[in-house]
Amino acid sequence: MTVRIVVVSHSEKIADGAVELAAQMAPDVVILAAGGTPDGRIGTSLEKVMSALDQASGGDGVVVLTDLGSAVMTAESAMELADDPAEVLLADAPLVEGAVAAAVAAQGGADAEAVKRAAEAAYPSALGSGADPAPASTVSEGSVTGGGPEFTGDFELINQAGMHARPAAKIAGGISSLDAEVKVNGVDGASMTGLMTLAAGKGSVLHVEAWGADAERAVNYVGGLVQAGFGEP
Amino acid sequence: MMLDVKWAVKWLTMCAQAMAEHRVELIELDRAIGDSDHGENMDRGFQAVLDKLAEAPPETPGAALKLTAMTLMSKVGGAAGPLYGTAFLRASTFLGDAAEVDPAALAGALLAARDGIVARGKAESGDKTMVDAWTPAAEAAQAVAAGGSGNVLAVLVAAAEAAEAGAVATDPLVARKGRASYLGERSAGHRDPGAASSALILRAAAGAAA
Repeated sequence: MTVRIVVVSHSEKIADGAVELAAQMAPDVVILAAGGTPDGRIGTSLEKVMSALDQASGGDGVVVLTDLGSAVMTAESAMELADDPAEVLLADAPLVEGAVAAAVAAQGGADAEAVKRAAEAAYPSALGSGADPAPASTVSEGSVTGGGPEFTGDFELINQAGMHARPAAKIAGGISSLDAEVKVNGVDGASMTGLMTLAAGKGSVLHVEAWGADAERAVNYVGGLVQAGFGEP
Repeated sequence: MMLDVKWAVKWLTMCAQAMAEHRVELIELDRAIGDSDHGENMDRGFQAVLDKLAEAPPETPGAALKLTAMTLMSKVGGAAGPLYGTAFLRASTFLGDAAEVDPAALAGALLAARDGIVARGKAESGDKTMVDAWTPAAEAAQAVAAGGSGNVLAVLVAAAEAAEAGAVATDPLVARKGRASYLGERSAGHRDPGAASSALILRAAAGAAA
């Protein structure tokens, strides 16, 4: 049993595509699409969202990802009407990257709060939540420096088990959806097995280097996961 | 005079008529500063409400408004769906299963609807949204109801007039919420489509009580 994920989009194709992409990373996670209107137009539908939430109930909680404005409002309306709204969390995250990060975290057994955090750690730096564009605000420890294409950050592992399969899957899962080349202590950040070979325990510092359009996001993404302890004790 | 379920059904029927009649006008307003689907969406949404009312005639005003809320949220598609849906839902919750609505309950329901729109859309007065029609409407309704001498028709007429004035007052505003906010300064000089459809809905409420 894992946390289940619902993807709400104005477009049926976007929702289905995001689910397809995320499912590839997380074969055991129930991921449901609620895209478009019942008659196949662009828009969001309470009926579709409530039906998806209903199907998603009975697991270890539900995390909902949305795209533009009214998708958020429709999801909130559905949660207001849901039988057990407490088990449903709405993630403020980019749809595709967030769905992948959430799915990988859920696959790894993370609880609903941690799945939501994993999705939100994938936030693009330029969009931020509301008017706050500062990506560094999500990185309280370690530092993000650099300009141009290159960003780096140093983050100390705080979870008991350190770097093992689940954290490696989360990092690799998110990184592989970004347009960036990322090295973590010299190994490929998009490679789960590469990350596991680091055998980095609690207290070890991950040195993250990133190049490319999403370099800063990549560093923030890793930093957010590490500082959240990957949702583990 | 009190309002009953017959008024509610007549109101919703008149809403559907108004949306069909003003469909092109709302599309034009939305084309100027949005994604031009508002007239289409509202027309389709209220036609679906008519179908639902015929399928399962409600027994109280609150039940009629709840059915409307669920239908609009499922069928409209755009932001207006959850916003109007929440408005009708909160008004329905406020009225409960009462068979009749007096001026105070009516004003309370309109305020609950306004609060629902604000809670769902997080817009404030002056953001060039439907809130700019609903807030003056709810306040005018409260004022007439609190006066004591008001009857339900007077409350609804005051609300409709205030909503219409509020919609006109969105013309010069720069949008700060919704799709129009992407246009920034270029949104000034156009009426907000949501404020315009809100005025139609509240005018229909008064028309149904006349």
